[in-house]
Amino acid sequence: MPTLATRPELFDREFLALRAKILEIAATLDRLDRSPGSLAGDPRVEQIREAFAVLTSHDSDRAERVQLVFSRPYDPNWKNNLA
Amino acid sequence: MYYFDPHIHMVSRVTDDYETLAKMGCVGMSEPAFWAGFDRGSPEGFRDYFRQLTEFEPKRAAWYHLQHFTWICINAKEAENVSLSREVIKLIPEFLDKPGVLGIGEIGLNKNTPNESTIFMEQVELADRLDEQILIHTPHLEDKYMGTRMILDMLDDFADLDHGRVLVDHVEEHTVRHVLERGYWAGMTLYPVSKCTPERAVDMVEHYGPERLLVNSAGDWGPSKPTAVPDFILAMRRRGHSEAEIRRVVYENPLEFFSQSRNFEFRPPEVPAEADK
Repeated sequence: MPTLATRPELFDREFLALRAKILEIAATLDRLDRSPGSLAGDPRVEQIREAFAVLTSHDSDRAERVQLVFSRPYDPNWKNNLA
Repeated sequence: MYYFDPHIHMVSRVTDDYETLAKMGCVGMSEPAFWAGFDRGSPEGFRDYFRQLTEFEPKRAAWYHLQHFTWICINAKEAENVSLSREVIKLIPEFLDKPGVLGIGEIGLNKNTPNESTIFMEQVELADRLDEQILIHTPHLEDKYMGTRMILDMLDDFADLDHGRVLVDHVEEHTVRHVLERGYWAGMTLYPVSKCTPERAVDMVEHYGPERLLVNSAGDWGPSKPTAVPDFILAMRRRGHSEAEIRRVVYENPLEFFSQSRNFEFRPPEVPAEADK
């Protein structure tokens, strides 16, 4: 089932929402910078950086790859390693 | 537009929600057995819960001309207690022939532990032996990808399992392909913050097509929106999809999947109930 709207139509419709989401992220990062304490050693910071890198890439499977950034990897030998 | 919510936990909703759902076009729902927000202490606690699902909720739904169906199981979170789970599994068969019971679910994994896997396998074995349909819960957030792959690996151990009678729920962008490729049905859950938004669900329909895809609200005791399916309908319309395409996902697909259960005696809304004649 293809996307029916053209790219310009979709961009027109999504632009303000996209802008608002990016501003929300920017403001959240600023808020974190203003706050006392440190996030050094918190692995989630690197996840966020990796996710930003996915967003600025040019492939069309960004949502799936962002999901994988925030996921534990699949271990094909899990049946042996779980116990 | 009429729609059917294939996964919603009405025991944790107020009666007003039934009324709102009816006003928004919902004509029926299926309610899997799940975690109540706290761990129950005895098998009898589960028996009472299963009675609520099979006796009281269908009545409450019928007050608003909604048809309520349900699933019975020990859920993934409480499956961590293996001995209690096995006592609950013994209770399941006595409920499977009750009106409106569609099968065993929502079974699955929560934190991908050995105990959860053991109880998942035992319930799949039960469903396989009794020829029951299966509804599967996949874990949330960082555990979803690994847990979904584990579940699919475990299902591979059942060579005769009819994949078309198994619904794997809460799929997202990184798991939906794995589920559909193996011939299972996939459910997209619309949920604030975690899981999926209506717009992303439409993206997945556009990417994979409407075949074997369902969309649900999973409305439960947590922050959730029982009217999320109408949000999906509106998002589909705004993208330009036809009423027939939308109806396929929100109405015809659930009916096609659930019709495989011997207890799915669904009365289409066009056919008046006996009481209305």
